[in-house]
Amino acid sequence: MSTVKLTVNGKAVSVDVEDRTLLVNLLRDHLNLTGTHVGCDTSQCGACVVHIDGRAVKSCTVLAGQADGCNVTTIEGIATGDELHPMQAAFRDNHGLQCGFCTPGMIMSAIDIVKRYGGQLDEATVRHELEGNICRCTGYHNIVKAVLDAAGRMKVAQAAE
Amino acid sequence: MYQTTYHRASSVDEAASLFAKGKEAKYLAGGHTLIPVMKQRLAAPSDVIDLARIKELVGIEASADTLTIKAATAHSDVATSDAVKKAIPALAHLASQIGDPAVRYRGTIGGSLANNDPAADYPAAVLATGATIKTNKRSIAADDFFKGLFTTALEDGEIITAVLFPVTAKAGYAKFPHPASRFALTGVFVARTKSGDVRVAATGASQNGVMRVAALEQALKANWSAAAIDGVNISANGLLNDIHGSSDYRANLIKVMAQRAVVAAG
Repeated sequence: MSTVKLTVNGKAVSVDVEDRTLLVNLLRDHLNLTGTHVGCDTSQCGACVVHIDGRAVKSCTVLAGQADGCNVTTIEGIATGDELHPMQAAFRDNHGLQCGFCTPGMIMSAIDIVKRYGGQLDEATVRHELEGNICRCTGYHNIVKAVLDAAGRMKVAQAAE
Repeated sequence: MYQTTYHRASSVDEAASLFAKGKEAKYLAGGHTLIPVMKQRLAAPSDVIDLARIKELVGIEASADTLTIKAATAHSDVATSDAVKKAIPALAHLASQIGDPAVRYRGTIGGSLANNDPAADYPAAVLATGATIKTNKRSIAADDFFKGLFTTALEDGEIITAVLFPVTAKAGYAKFPHPASRFALTGVFVARTKSGDVRVAATGASQNGVMRVAALEQALKANWSAAAIDGVNISANGLLNDIHGSSDYRANLIKVMAQRAVVAAG
């Protein structure tokens, strides 16, 4: 057992876990943040994507201990009170989900993509960049639309700051 | 996953001494091979020693003749580094083609080389440029480092600290990725050194892992162009033959990827 100390969604937490615990299990089982999903459990599907120190990574392939001292953001941490994050709002407005299982990971990856590319996003880039996130319902079409829509909204929001 | 004990090393020396103390210790860098393998219970290290936070293992340095990438540098940092793009742009391109964005944030060059997956991308660049692998004990030339599938010249407990790439005159990388795993079904790195020597390495193709392709080296040394490869015959002997592609198919891919790599190199 080890004590892992990290910041999750802006809150400092300290959790005693077995050394073999994965970050996704720490989040889901110890902190009850069940918005982060376990899909394939083999680093392929991206349902478990969270941000570690601002980088979108697969939390099923990170040991809890590796995240010690880090700043972790999950899907629960991106809205501002009742106001959805622009990426969440765009997914809702563009019907970017059906069953919703992949959506938390999609949104966390998509925010990272917009951050990296800023206003330089086009459809081909979004499709390529989302290759680590698998959706079995939508055929990706509305997901891509949502990400492009959100990229515009996030750019406007940035410009207003 | 079986029980294990996690350690975070703060220096290379500390990591090596933790390794020596462990019964069956393993080093962990990005963890994107080791952790999946541990989850499948195909590996059960008594101790996992995390190298990723060791400051001396992270970073990129460039001089006129050498590009040094420290071992725990993530693929994403190599792909976006201005120093790499300037010194060996093909290497930045190669790093941008590994896995997916989330994998590139975690995976490291040292981890990829120590694992020596027969379809990994970095071994092709290291072998084709004639890079030097620096460890906590010695320096190993690329030609002496790769020893077959998942096998390298590294001794038990030895840690890769950096990879020294000679800055190339021209270099290009092209791969045909497996559509699901994005590992190279075949990838070819072509390099022309500043002294005019040509080296070509293929990954994903051979049963023995990354390999140099002498026939392509000769053809490109005589005439650095995609057309020079047209008449080259690549033997299917010793090439992988599996559900993803026959050995004949891979032999042809070596040629086609080499041509694309030469075009990319300019």
